[in-house]
Amino acid sequence: MNTSDPRRPYVRPMAGWWRRNPFFVEYMVHEATALFVAAYALVLLVGLRRLAQGEAAWNGWLEALRSPVSLVFHGVLLAAFAYHCWTWFRIMPRTMPPLIFGGKRVAPGVITACGVAATTACSLVVLILAWGATR
Amino acid sequence: MKSITRRSNAPVFWGLFGAGGMLAALFGPVLVFITGIAVPLGIILPADAMSWPRMQAFAQHWAGKGLLFLVVALFMWHAMHRILHSLHDLGVRAGTAMQFACYGVALLVTILATWALMALGF
Repeated sequence: MNTSDPRRPYVRPMAGWWRRNPFFVEYMVHEATALFVAAYALVLLVGLRRLAQGEAAWNGWLEALRSPVSLVFHGVLLAAFAYHCWTWFRIMPRTMPPLIFGGKRVAPGVITACGVAATTACSLVVLILAWGATR
Repeated sequence: MKSITRRSNAPVFWGLFGAGGMLAALFGPVLVFITGIAVPLGIILPADAMSWPRMQAFAQHWAGKGLLFLVVALFMWHAMHRILHSLHDLGVRAGTAMQFACYGVALLVTILATWALMALGF
């Protein structure tokens, strides 16, 4: 980007590059789920801090979680985490080493489906454990 | 053959990114649902499911403490690594300063989580 270059070579502008192609828009959207993962980590960090500060502080945090703003926010977080989960396993066939099974490479769709199935199983196990421990 | 004298730090951060991303993909949705929706509304789980004595006991147990630490720390390392590289894609170069800023936030959150969990005792 040397503007003093007398030849004035053409430099393709990069601003807004990702908005020019639906593939890149999706890329930026799934990368943006990181903002929501970070937000949830911070929500939990505040919770840990409140828990360490005593019962009154903890109950204040629980009360804040019951507010309509928090409920809507967690609805958004849930959508972002679900999208992260889906895109994570959709990309996984390309980020992991080739998986050979019975002499043939496992198809990307199978890996994605297994990932989503694993999340479903983990979700059910956690829900059942939480239900069993709190009823 | 030239021996490698300077090792890259990239595998460490990529490993934390991958571990956090996997944890967030497998357990993130259900955790958000439990802490942010089910318990506050009292659906599926009782409204007092995250009561003070129960959560204190959970956080004092070594297993509960470990799980809470892994979730908070790895989620943050995953997110900050991804934010660092997405900002690079948007034209903010992922140089040393940005690495310190992004990984520094993740490290700070890790330290604060450790501090809170230690303060809760065993």
